[in-house]
Amino acid sequence: MTALLQILFDALSLGSLYALGAIGIALIFGVMRLVNFAHGDYISFCVFALLWPSIDATAIVFAGQLPAYLLIPVILLAGACLSMLSEILVFRRFRNANPATMMIASFALGFVIKYTLLMLFSSRPKSIDLWHELALPIELLDARIPLLQVITIIITILILAGLVAFLKRTRFGLEMRAAAENFTMARMLGVHANAVILLAFAISGMLAASIGLILVTQTGTVDIQMGSSVMLVAFIATVIGGLGSLPGAVVAGFLIGGISVLMQVILPLDVRPFRDAFVYGAVIVVLIWRPNGLFALRSAKQRV
Amino acid sequence: MTQRSSLFMRTLSTPVILILILACFLAVATVVNSGPFNQVVIDVLVKVTLVVGLYVFIGNSGVISFGHIGFTCLGAYATAWLTIPPLMKKMALPGLPDFILATKLPFGIAIILGGLFAALFALVVGKILMRLSGIAASIATFAMLAVINTVYSNWERVTGATSSVVGIPIVRVVWPYFLAAAAVIFIAHLHTISRSGLALRAARDEAIAASASGVDIGRERLIAFVISAFITGLGGALSAHSVGVVTPDTFYLNLTFICLSMLVVGGMNSLSGAVMGVVVLSVIIQILRQFEKGVDFGGIILAIPNGVQEITIGIIMVVILIVRPSGLTRNIEFVWRGSPIKSVSATEP
Repeated sequence: MTALLQILFDALSLGSLYALGAIGIALIFGVMRLVNFAHGDYISFCVFALLWPSIDATAIVFAGQLPAYLLIPVILLAGACLSMLSEILVFRRFRNANPATMMIASFALGFVIKYTLLMLFSSRPKSIDLWHELALPIELLDARIPLLQVITIIITILILAGLVAFLKRTRFGLEMRAAAENFTMARMLGVHANAVILLAFAISGMLAASIGLILVTQTGTVDIQMGSSVMLVAFIATVIGGLGSLPGAVVAGFLIGGISVLMQVILPLDVRPFRDAFVYGAVIVVLIWRPNGLFALRSAKQRV
Repeated sequence: MTQRSSLFMRTLSTPVILILILACFLAVATVVNSGPFNQVVIDVLVKVTLVVGLYVFIGNSGVISFGHIGFTCLGAYATAWLTIPPLMKKMALPGLPDFILATKLPFGIAIILGGLFAALFALVVGKILMRLSGIAASIATFAMLAVINTVYSNWERVTGATSSVVGIPIVRVVWPYFLAAAAVIFIAHLHTISRSGLALRAARDEAIAASASGVDIGRERLIAFVISAFITGLGGALSAHSVGVVTPDTFYLNLTFICLSMLVVGGMNSLSGAVMGVVVLSVIIQILRQFEKGVDFGGIILAIPNGVQEITIGIIMVVILIVRPSGLTRNIEFVWRGSPIKSVSATEP
């Protein structure tokens, strides 16, 4: 029972990260059909925003020293700014381009961000101590669960609930959903395209920042590769969920988190290093079964 | 000019012109004949092989693949398995099957087997992936790259995990690489002008119309996928022989980025674009590398920091996509125009 509870919490907290990543990607895809490959590098950028640029082996903590009530808004702002900046400088020029062109452009942008970080901070991982007291376990029905996992899950639920409220209850949310459904029609009915897209980028950037904060608290290191692995899984989650479908992205994120943890437990010891390969294999099986994803949007379906 | 020869010129002038351009590199390398310069030329020719391989699939099908460098990895390790001396292999990679452990094939056969191995893998995976379309297919190829990288970085007894596999015979002469690049340019061109390539490009431009005209899109895509996997696998094998060492991370996101940017800068939808992209970006990369090492400005050595190379390439790629999405060549193939006075100077550099 206790082991089961631990597995459940592992799965939920890992799934939370994937779901947050997937929803950040799906949001942008929804409004402008862009698969943003730079999203993982937004995550790395936000993590490095805690530090002062230096190529020394030890990290010079700068913004990371702020108290939590200031630190969290600052990092969220950093994510939102980078994300909006990339839309203004780069993606705005691709309004009439096809999705494949935008995807390649975002791939290139991601590399530019990553190597800018490398230039400023070097490629070595650095250790940073952020809220280490959160790693302490708490007792819950005889199981020892790290406090951070509980917090991650609660935060994710809060973010998702806030996002749903935003999308369903506010005017901006309505415009964004309209834009995701049919962009041309929404514009004709008076939705400001650039404003909606910029807002989507801001939210997506903040989601990336929250993933970054959770990751850095969990691992205690900063690394320019940090965002890449989360990003890859998040992409796959958006495809499995049905490209552009927000509920689909969340469900698929949790699903992949669950499968990963489950595989970690049930796979024999000598094939455990290949866990990720099995997870991606499972993904391909899902795609054979449902090529458009679990929650395919009617608007996103291709006729051929 | 007779009708016969003009037909020949129209269909085959593109690869001939491209190969002549590469032959200039070979000629310069032969004249200069210095080790480091040879290595640069070899590197360019290997990149030509890889990018032409990417073009066969991406250019003709319009589906962006992030996974082809996975095939490069398969090809490189396959040639490593086949050419490392058996004694070394038993020590480093004891998990290989006995018949591979005992063999040591010559370079020329091993690289072709490396390409075939990648093609076989692509045939199996492609059967599944080609059911997807557009962006979902792109992300699935990305997942395939991650699977290959995960397996090759962890399979200690067969791939040596993340440590480098050494002992691959190094080939430092330029002409085998030139021959391979020339061969794949011909293969790519033959595929492009073939019935299958034409059908695939029709499907790229107008999927619905092509499908209604009886084009089996999945099948044509699979054909291109397998051919391009063979070419990129061959390129991987060549790159393994050019440096003598393979590691899984050589064949991951960085190489994917460089190769894709070469294709994009040159022009995604033409063979000439693929080759010219490699040539142009290779020159820029060489200049930046020189600057990273440090350049002497009247006694003051200036060196640009690490990473500028990738940042520059990334920015070039984005700018090209914005101002000229069809690439430097505007997706127009180099062809012999048939007017002998003008074209001799224009096409034979």
